[in-house]
Amino acid sequence: MQAENHIPTGFQSAPVMALDGITKTFPGVKALSDVALKLYPGEVTALIGENGAGKSTVVKILTGIYQPDGGAIRVDGNPVVFPTAQDAADAGITAIHQETVLFDELSAAENIFLGHAPRGKFGLIDWAEMERRSRAILDSIGAEIDPMAKLRDLGIANKHLVAIARALSIDARVVIMDEPTAALSHKEIHELYELVEKLKSQGKAILFISHKFDEIFRIADRFTVFRDGQFIGDGKISDVTEADLVKMMVGRDVSQIFPDRTPVIGNEVLRVEGYNHPTEFADISFDLKRGEILGFYGLVGAGRSEFMQSLFGITRPASGTATIDGTAAQIRSPADAVASGIVYVPEDRGKQGAITALPIFQNVTLPSLARTSRHGFIQLAEEFKLAREYTSRLDLRAASLDTPVGNLSGGNQQKVVIAKWLATQPKVIILDEPTKGIDIGSKAAVHEFMAELAQQGLAVIMVSSEIPEILGMSDRVIVMREGRIAAKLSGEELTPETLVRNAAGI
Amino acid sequence: MLKRFLASREILLLGAIVALLVVIATRFPAFVAPSNLADVFNDTSPLILLAIGQMIVILTKCIDLSVAANLALTGMVVAMINVAAPGMPIVVIIMIAVGLGTLMGMTNGLLVWKLQIPPIVVTLGTMTIFRGIIFLISDGKWVNSHEMSSAFKAFPRADLLGLPVMSWTAIIAVILFTIVMTRTTMGRSFYAVGGNPHAATYTGIDVGKTQFRAFTISGALAGLTGYLWVSRYSVAYVDIAGGFELDVVAACVIGGVSIAGGIGTVGGALLGALFLGVIKNALPVVNISPFWQLAISGSAIIIAVALNARANREKGRIILKTAEHAT
Repeated sequence: MQAENHIPTGFQSAPVMALDGITKTFPGVKALSDVALKLYPGEVTALIGENGAGKSTVVKILTGIYQPDGGAIRVDGNPVVFPTAQDAADAGITAIHQETVLFDELSAAENIFLGHAPRGKFGLIDWAEMERRSRAILDSIGAEIDPMAKLRDLGIANKHLVAIARALSIDARVVIMDEPTAALSHKEIHELYELVEKLKSQGKAILFISHKFDEIFRIADRFTVFRDGQFIGDGKISDVTEADLVKMMVGRDVSQIFPDRTPVIGNEVLRVEGYNHPTEFADISFDLKRGEILGFYGLVGAGRSEFMQSLFGITRPASGTATIDGTAAQIRSPADAVASGIVYVPEDRGKQGAITALPIFQNVTLPSLARTSRHGFIQLAEEFKLAREYTSRLDLRAASLDTPVGNLSGGNQQKVVIAKWLATQPKVIILDEPTKGIDIGSKAAVHEFMAELAQQGLAVIMVSSEIPEILGMSDRVIVMREGRIAAKLSGEELTPETLVRNAAGI
Repeated sequence: MLKRFLASREILLLGAIVALLVVIATRFPAFVAPSNLADVFNDTSPLILLAIGQMIVILTKCIDLSVAANLALTGMVVAMINVAAPGMPIVVIIMIAVGLGTLMGMTNGLLVWKLQIPPIVVTLGTMTIFRGIIFLISDGKWVNSHEMSSAFKAFPRADLLGLPVMSWTAIIAVILFTIVMTRTTMGRSFYAVGGNPHAATYTGIDVGKTQFRAFTISGALAGLTGYLWVSRYSVAYVDIAGGFELDVVAACVIGGVSIAGGIGTVGGALLGALFLGVIKNALPVVNISPFWQLAISGSAIIIAVALNARANREKGRIILKTAEHAT
């Protein structure tokens, strides 16, 4: 094993925890490639990166949920393995997740001590002791919560405090906070900062994951930047500026892999005006022309997919109109959307895209069955013809159209889903994160294909969280932030910096 | 395609049934005489009819526990109608039976679709309600053979080309629903909804409405079977076909219908029902006690599910190009 020769000079204390050359591969995707991360006692390290940079994978490796394929996890310089989440907890590593993973039907005290409750006689749970200790921990973080209150009766901020109390109850040495402020109000965020200071003063090492630069500069001591699953750099926060970090996050050669296209923009095909939803998005208005690729950029949770689902009829907007080819479209269900020429290729192929038990041809023709059947009876020959036409257009390679989609690779499943929608002969195609989770080669193929669709006069909406993809493919870009349109960018305005600034609101 | 067909669950199950018959034949050759096999098939017809309906319901990720109660209530109603109006033509009786069963199926379907109550809860409730209604309308009394008109009793036994009408009903249902499930847009939607409800929604298929249709079909078949059952056994009372819903579910499961939805065929349901029918009819003949029959039926269910689970186990993703072409 290597010694601690990875510590750059100028760092005095030794890290309490370090990742060294960690690699993690999922089928078809390299999530992490030789990354390093060091956490120092009494200091906050901010982990920074775009969506999909590998931050959550690192958290899962640190907490024993995933096993790395290569590299070493060190605690106090000694290599360790965490076969289960319990082993990571025993080593004093605890995580407070973005969405709290707690139990609504249990009391705050039970949540805090679940799995390590104080035991009394006969090994039974000592409720009095558990309540007393819970109260002590909650008091120490300034939370006014009754330990015996059921979690479901607590507000979201208090739930977070319970999660933090749980983290403290196991005498953690390393506390991981994954976007802890995402659900908190302004006042609660300040209380959280105070809490972080308190944890620092107790000598705990804190890994802080956030998209918000103001809070990173407010509380972090150090930073580590990941990009596309690779380690880009680390250092002291006092040595860098916001601009430096943005550059590290996004800086890369953008033009390399994208098809060279000269857009032929036609007439307006879709106009959306004043789309509102009570909780998910507001004031969404834009227009889209034939042959155009319109990018939707934003952080995860900015409301892009929610809006698209509403446009597609999955959920209903409270108000707003959609006009297709000059006539108002009444979209109350996905069937209405398909009938009026809008199709949606969802982000989560596995969950929302293909029906894996059915063969390729049946998946492809599913939304077009009206065209391949007479009086409700399917005409097999026509069905096969339609399926063959569209799968061959996508260059889908499979032994036979009878193959169940579940037996195909991820890239080919994606092709089946896209073929399915093209077979409906749409006017507008919405592609939600079209290249998420597929390998570089397939990505290029999808981009090539997207360009071809636009060339053929289809209007394309592409939701993507990947800056190079947005910049490389879009004619115009709408940036969404917190459910609203933050900016409409085109031409010279389209730079990584403008995207990140508008998406994060800095 | 042929290779996959030969390796399919249905063919394996058919093989198992044939093997079972061969074993029985060595001890009791008369059992495999064509006339006896025809009797066994006739005996299994109600199970086949209900299993087809149940298969469709299970395909859509639901379950219908009320089928036997539906059968019993419909049977009691048509039996009482027959007693009150012995001259009513059988065609009308059958229409009433199917209509009543359909209505009960639609009730289940509406509760699942519009109120989004879990199907197991809905049908557990309606099962009890239907049985309760039988008691209320009949005062707990039986309708016996001598009260029924001879035409009412004769229909399922009537001979048509060497087989009773009862058997023909099952055969026609198998053919009809094979066509519905493989060749109609509605049949396709059952597979889509059960295979991946989210994807089905995105494709423009209304998941709730499709489940409603499945329950409606199941109810209609149960209603039809209600008349056939009561007239064949010439008796109607509160508890007829008590617990039969479990046999129906068992037939589906043995026939390779995935309880998680999305996988299953009419042929599978047919063979699952026949497998249970053969066991039920053969074991008494070879002198095995009824308690062993229960144990054997139960073991068959578990073995079938275990085999299906093995077959459905994640094969891992195909990343290698060569592996993809090999499928």
